[in-house]
Amino acid sequence: MNTRFSWFNATSVALGFAFLYIPILLLVIFSFNESKLVTVWGGFSTKWYSALLQNEAFLDAAWVTLRVALITATVATVLGTMAALVLVRSGRFKGRTLFTGMVYAPLVMPEVITGLSLLLLFIAIGMDRGIVTITLAHITFAMCFATVVISSRLVTFDRSLEEAAEDLGASPLDAFFSVTLPIIAPAIVAAWLLTFTLSLDDLVIASFTSGPGATTLPMKIYSSVRLGVTPEINALSTILISVVALGVIIASLLGKRADINREI
Amino acid sequence: MRLSRRASLSRCSVVMVNDPNFRPWDDPNTKPLIDIQNVTKKFGDFTAIDDLSLKIYPKEFFAILGPSGCGKTTLMRMLGGFDAPTKGSILLEGQDLTGTSPAQRPVNMMFQSYALFPHLSVGENIAFGLKREKMPKADIKIRVQEMLELVQLSELEKRKPHQLSGGQRQRVALARALAKRPKLLLLDEPLGALDKKLREATQFELMGIQEQLGCTFVIVTHDQEEAMTVSSRIAVMDQGEIAQVAPPETIYEAPASRYVADFIGDVNIIEGRVSTTKENAVFLDWHENEVSLSALSDQSFTIGSTAWLSVRPEKIQIYKEPPQTNNAIAGKVLDIAYLGNVSTYHVELSNGQVIKAQETNAGRSANRGIDWEQSVWVGWSTDAGIVLSQ
Amino acid sequence: MKPSRLIIAIPYLWLALLFLAPFFIVIKMSLSDLAVSIPPYTPQLDLSGGWEAITAYWAALDLENYTWLADDPLYINSFKSSLIIASVSTLITLAVAYPIAYALACSPQRWRALLVMLVILPFWTSFLIRVYAWIGILKTEGLLNQLLLSVGMISDPLTILNTNTAVYIGIVYSYLPFMVLPIYATLEKMDWSLIEAAEDLGSSRLSAFWLVTFPLSLPGVIAGCFLVFIPAMGEFVIPDLLGGSDTLMIGKTLWVEFFSNRDWPVASAVAVVLLVLLIVPIVLFQRQQQKLSEAG
Repeated sequence: MNTRFSWFNATSVALGFAFLYIPILLLVIFSFNESKLVTVWGGFSTKWYSALLQNEAFLDAAWVTLRVALITATVATVLGTMAALVLVRSGRFKGRTLFTGMVYAPLVMPEVITGLSLLLLFIAIGMDRGIVTITLAHITFAMCFATVVISSRLVTFDRSLEEAAEDLGASPLDAFFSVTLPIIAPAIVAAWLLTFTLSLDDLVIASFTSGPGATTLPMKIYSSVRLGVTPEINALSTILISVVALGVIIASLLGKRADINREI
Repeated sequence: MRLSRRASLSRCSVVMVNDPNFRPWDDPNTKPLIDIQNVTKKFGDFTAIDDLSLKIYPKEFFAILGPSGCGKTTLMRMLGGFDAPTKGSILLEGQDLTGTSPAQRPVNMMFQSYALFPHLSVGENIAFGLKREKMPKADIKIRVQEMLELVQLSELEKRKPHQLSGGQRQRVALARALAKRPKLLLLDEPLGALDKKLREATQFELMGIQEQLGCTFVIVTHDQEEAMTVSSRIAVMDQGEIAQVAPPETIYEAPASRYVADFIGDVNIIEGRVSTTKENAVFLDWHENEVSLSALSDQSFTIGSTAWLSVRPEKIQIYKEPPQTNNAIAGKVLDIAYLGNVSTYHVELSNGQVIKAQETNAGRSANRGIDWEQSVWVGWSTDAGIVLSQ
Repeated sequence: MKPSRLIIAIPYLWLALLFLAPFFIVIKMSLSDLAVSIPPYTPQLDLSGGWEAITAYWAALDLENYTWLADDPLYINSFKSSLIIASVSTLITLAVAYPIAYALACSPQRWRALLVMLVILPFWTSFLIRVYAWIGILKTEGLLNQLLLSVGMISDPLTILNTNTAVYIGIVYSYLPFMVLPIYATLEKMDWSLIEAAEDLGSSRLSAFWLVTFPLSLPGVIAGCFLVFIPAMGEFVIPDLLGGSDTLMIGKTLWVEFFSNRDWPVASAVAVVLLVLLIVPIVLFQRQQQKLSEAG
């Protein structure tokens, strides 16, 4: 096996990772820059982090974003689990093609279209725009990602496990909660984390569907970035990247446990 | 012996499957445990089971044998309640099971994949069904211990399924399915995942456990040796229908059709026309210049009808000189396969048909002075073969 | 458990109401006219006016916005340039991603999970932040120019930021994992003895790659191209932050039309046209996904 991993392969991987990581690395390094000029090193400092902690506008936006992301991730994962069950288990039913279409289309739909269409919907039904509309919009596109993650696990799920549970006296619902759910739990956690970061990350859809008083962190970052590069944004980015990296490491550790379970 | 250690667990009387007196199917007064009545199962246009009727009696070790796609798994899934018959009904102790979910049936199944819950320990797997029964905790504990002892896994109660070997998983699956004391245990290719040696040992253990618990076992398998070893009766299936139901020795020695004869073990089949019948012996003309062949049959034949003589290779002797037996045919050795315990000779007859004759290598030298291309005679007695009408 | 009707109904209704229904509102809006009012369009449906009001409302809808789009070169050029930028960057992404995916598939088993995770990791970090990171690198006094000047490769700083080149870099960078992962997934499943068989039968390493490996990885390549091309067509953040004032992309045009010009009807018409352009690749992508998921 190892013989296939040639110097050419090693170079590809090294260059690829350099391309992927150097920009992020530079961003993190310059968040500790003493100088206000982001691209000139002026010595180590954490002053931009303390400045960030005193910036009320950022903190408010962070709080809004966090609330939206928590609710989005939870609701989208529940809906995504249901949709995944429908996709994998329902066989043929009336309107299946439409359903599959509605699940896969948001994955690639340009955000400007999703954002605009949802905004027009909220206006048409006379809903006040704010945190609620952003959350509804986020759940809608995030649940499709959750569906894909969970259904890919459900496809490989051995149905005889559920049959065994029912054979031993469990009702179908009992079998789902006591056997299926614990086994696919890692995929559900992964779906929750994915939808959480998708919501945390979204600028375009939030910009369309937000109203006065509901500014999310990406919206705040975007408006500052348009004015130019600032070390404060670098500091904020570094914090966000660390949070996400931590989450991914936890998720992949959970995934490892899941792999052990899957060997059966 | 192991069995004596386990004897304390046994609530039921010990009935030996191989006991020649255990023949409930011959007794019209015995009530069947399972009565399958004219069951048909269709998947779309495909008929998996075609108007099948079958009775299985208490304490039987019943084998359903057939090639893949013959409908044996479908039949088992209908017994377990996972599939519903399209037509017909299945009765358990006289009660119609139609509409009863798998959870409500006093029937448990050991899955081919074992279907052990990977997130639960061995003990929790075994206790799963007992908890659903709302059995008191203390009793569950006792029962789990009992089952673990039965399959000799007491030390592994806390292990997770992925920490077990294939053979151990198979035992856990068995213990889990037996824990609820089902009236009927279904085993779907239970030993398919084990290697040959382990499989043979486990077959005898399964028989021991079945005898000890006195529970009725239905095993689905494509492995004819396994079916012959463990079962009281075998149902050989062919394309959704039952070709024959009988004890193993009957299936082997008196197959009902060429399909059954060919499916179980090795066989020579010679086509011919019935020339005469005398008592239960039937004479077949099979080739213009050769003498008629004779064999026994329970069936009656009209003179001149086509019939098939079936004779097992181990019942055929090979001779260098013309022998004095009834069925002696001249031929030429085409091939000799030395298998250690036996040697198989492929002998070509004058009509081009090849007959297999199997000789036991009783001495250390397998050399009978018979060689390739040599002219020889094969022969067998009248009671060695059987004449089949289909 | 086979899902009950309720389990089918809940996600179905949610998507029908919040994903499908809004498209019809967008289509309706694209047939309306701009007006100085709140909300800024006419006609407004007034059901209290009875049947006449409804017919008058229908009569006021027209295709004016679409003729407007067809006449104004700004829109045509935005569509054209989006198409070019999305196609070219998809091809560049493929060229960059394939060797990485191939190397991952060849990598020793014990490193593989880690390497794959390292490819996915950037995808989890904020898109906006990753695009932002390139501003500091690409701008005139940025890190790339500093590096190139200091090693003497150039004597004058390059202008990269606010050009289409920066947009290409941004798209390739942001969408790279979307291309690597599906290709890796198909290559990883491939039976490597096929290559050995091809070589055994006399093909060179390179021709074995083109005749065996590449055709077998095509499902992954196609999925990856869809995953990059479709969202890149409607991309807003990258052309807005990295592109220049002459970088025309349809997502950006829509955004400007909506937020700066507050012309909702025209923005909707732009969205409808974009959707029509993307419907073919989206449907093809779904077909492929469905086939793959059914194949298990």
